[in-house]
Amino acid sequence: MSGNEYEFTIKRKDDHGKVSYSDYSVPKDRISTVFEGLLYIKENLDQTLSMRYSCTMEICGSCAVEVNGKPKMACSTIASSLKTDKIRVEPIRHFDVIKDLVVDLDSFFDKYRKGLPYIIREDYGDYSSELLQTPEQFQKYEQYSMCIKCGLCMAACPIVGTDEDYLGPASLTAVLRYNLDSRDEGGKYRLEAIGTEEGTSRCHYAGECSEVCPKGVDPSSAIQKLRWQVFKHEISGLIRGRRK
Amino acid sequence: MGGGLAGLRAAIAAVESNGEITVGLVSKLYPLRSHSVAAEGGTSAVLDPEDNFDLHSYDTIKGSDYLADQDAVEEFVKLVPEQIYTTDHWGCPWSRAEDGRISQRDFGGLSFPRAVFAADKTGFHVMQTLYSRCLMYDRIHFYNEYFATSISVDSNRFNAMTTINLRTGEYTIFQSKSLILAAGGGGRMYRFSTCAHSTTGDGDAIAYRAGIPLKDMEFVQFHPTGLVPSGILITEAARAEGGYLRNSEGKRFMEHYAPTKLEEAPRDIVSRAMMWEIEAGRGVRGGYGNIEYINLDLTHIADKLEERLPMITDIARKFNNIDAAEGPIPVRPATHYTMGGVSVGIGTETVVPGVFGAGENASISIHGANRLGSNSTNECLALGNVAGKKAAEFASSHGIPDLNHDKIREEEKRLWEDIMRRDGGENVAAIRSDLGHTMDVNVGVFKTGEKLESAIKTIYELKERYSRISIQDKSNVFNTELQWALEVGYMLDLAEIVAKGAFERKESRGAHYRKDFPKRDDDNFLKHTIATYTRDGPRLEYSPVRITKWQPAERVY
Repeated sequence: MSGNEYEFTIKRKDDHGKVSYSDYSVPKDRISTVFEGLLYIKENLDQTLSMRYSCTMEICGSCAVEVNGKPKMACSTIASSLKTDKIRVEPIRHFDVIKDLVVDLDSFFDKYRKGLPYIIREDYGDYSSELLQTPEQFQKYEQYSMCIKCGLCMAACPIVGTDEDYLGPASLTAVLRYNLDSRDEGGKYRLEAIGTEEGTSRCHYAGECSEVCPKGVDPSSAIQKLRWQVFKHEISGLIRGRRK
Repeated sequence: MGGGLAGLRAAIAAVESNGEITVGLVSKLYPLRSHSVAAEGGTSAVLDPEDNFDLHSYDTIKGSDYLADQDAVEEFVKLVPEQIYTTDHWGCPWSRAEDGRISQRDFGGLSFPRAVFAADKTGFHVMQTLYSRCLMYDRIHFYNEYFATSISVDSNRFNAMTTINLRTGEYTIFQSKSLILAAGGGGRMYRFSTCAHSTTGDGDAIAYRAGIPLKDMEFVQFHPTGLVPSGILITEAARAEGGYLRNSEGKRFMEHYAPTKLEEAPRDIVSRAMMWEIEAGRGVRGGYGNIEYINLDLTHIADKLEERLPMITDIARKFNNIDAAEGPIPVRPATHYTMGGVSVGIGTETVVPGVFGAGENASISIHGANRLGSNSTNECLALGNVAGKKAAEFASSHGIPDLNHDKIREEEKRLWEDIMRRDGGENVAAIRSDLGHTMDVNVGVFKTGEKLESAIKTIYELKERYSRISIQDKSNVFNTELQWALEVGYMLDLAEIVAKGAFERKESRGAHYRKDFPKRDDDNFLKHTIATYTRDGPRLEYSPVRITKWQPAERVY
């Protein structure tokens, strides 16, 4: 911690799939965040480094990487907070690496879409006035609406790592977010869409997802609540079935 | 082109207005990474019976320093309320009163508290809402991380858009019956900016090079409260909710510059006031090297931070280790928005039939010389909706033109036989950094003829250096150095237009302030600047401002 430079080690992958590690020294007085370190490297030391970034204020979700073994947003990770001069940056786990720190997020967004993450209402197309929703009703789903789709929870989840069909924390949290919205009428469709093998039943409540979420969304609690919704939905389905 | 607020809104409008339409949404990012997600404070809409459309129009026009086209503004404000209700039905968590109705708050330059908001994450929540709505339609095809390099216009019709699929490096051509330009602004031509690194004016530059004129590019907005040293946006709502600006003596100073509205004056006025204070030696110096700044004091409204300003409170803590309830936030004017853009009419149409523009990419002009805070996200919604419908209408009565292969090959050669093979040793990032520096210093809040001449000279030098770049990354997959190079090319063109337009506009109006011409000059400059591409740089012409019922008057707040 006494030197004037951070020692960055970055995991690389080239066009041909060859994996390697590159080391760079970055002056401490030139950067504050890990993202700034990566940008310093790309601007000054090695133009061939590829990474994603955009807003640099932790709201666009672009710059998810693994820093010293933990999934983090590069833009909001203050380098000095790592308490070491050695900064190891790798792509997040559980996604195919396209190049260097850039991973393929298509599977993330495909899974996200499976839970019908949008408001479903019967009054389609009539937008002449507002719908009422009290602050209390909003608070039911507020936390779950803050997801920035960065993928950190998926990278941290041990089940996502071993079971590629598992929908994962982000998608399931989105299901709950819409199910808890007082303006929504589509809960049953969502529960049917996810009430399969790939849904809540696979979660082991390890809680890693909630630990890494940069926005305090707490997907683990969302999945617990959602599992209860799925359970109630299945029971009522059985009862309806018997009455037939 | 573009997957931010305007692009997503347009895509939904197109598919909902016509059951046969399919939309290709082409973005260099995943859509949710677009900088619209960073919009914070609010979006103005006339919802309260005590408010009215004329008042919203008047505020907007006065805010624009009378450069807005008044017929367009009057039309625009009427379109907004339905968009608020629409996004409410689609799930946007607008902040509400206890009775469940949508709340509204004050904002800079408003004569009525009409800014609808979702805490201080307005853009984020509206983006999630629109993206979620898009997912209902299989007819919206996402082409994520395709970087647009050009559009070609042939026989006065849109012919094709050329892109690089970043994931593979493949040169990929898109054709369609109509095209909507919704790629945002170009704020990153400056260095100290609230804009995302991706805000590089691609849509403006690509349209300009294809012969579509740009309007009023010299009007660049500086947001008063860019966080020092990063430039991250600290919302105007912080002041609208009661925050104070204080100089190095700990004194509030806005009463000298805007005696009535004080900290809630429009952005151009507040930014200048801050810079005058700094120039007078009353800037604060602290733990940020040589940067002088102003303190934004929220300590007396600490009770509002959690509910109304949670994001900026979090940002101050995470990025500057400051507890906003306990101490001031260091801020300084930062480049935020380009009022200019592709010249379009009220129906979002450009000079090329079938090509439309919306959002920051376009200039109707509603914002004139200075956009009011809370008037951009609503524009994306209202005009994005118009653009989507118009583009669908155009598409339903036109076919796809035959591909102009010559233009496609010409562009392919430019990319791989020219740009990629240049070998003069110049570093793209260094050119970008030098451009940002000269724009910050010479084309900033205070301009002079001398500074602008110096900027233009520097931009020429940078263009010359740009002809000698060397791209070190020779790979195909995710070659972001090539992407940087193309973006820097766009920004050099735009910077030239901004600086030249500013040099020729020998007056001060809205965000454009010339120390050597400190007064507004309606006799000579109540007109739009129209920049058209030529091989030798932009040709500047002027077009009249449309005035309906508000005659230009002195602008006092």
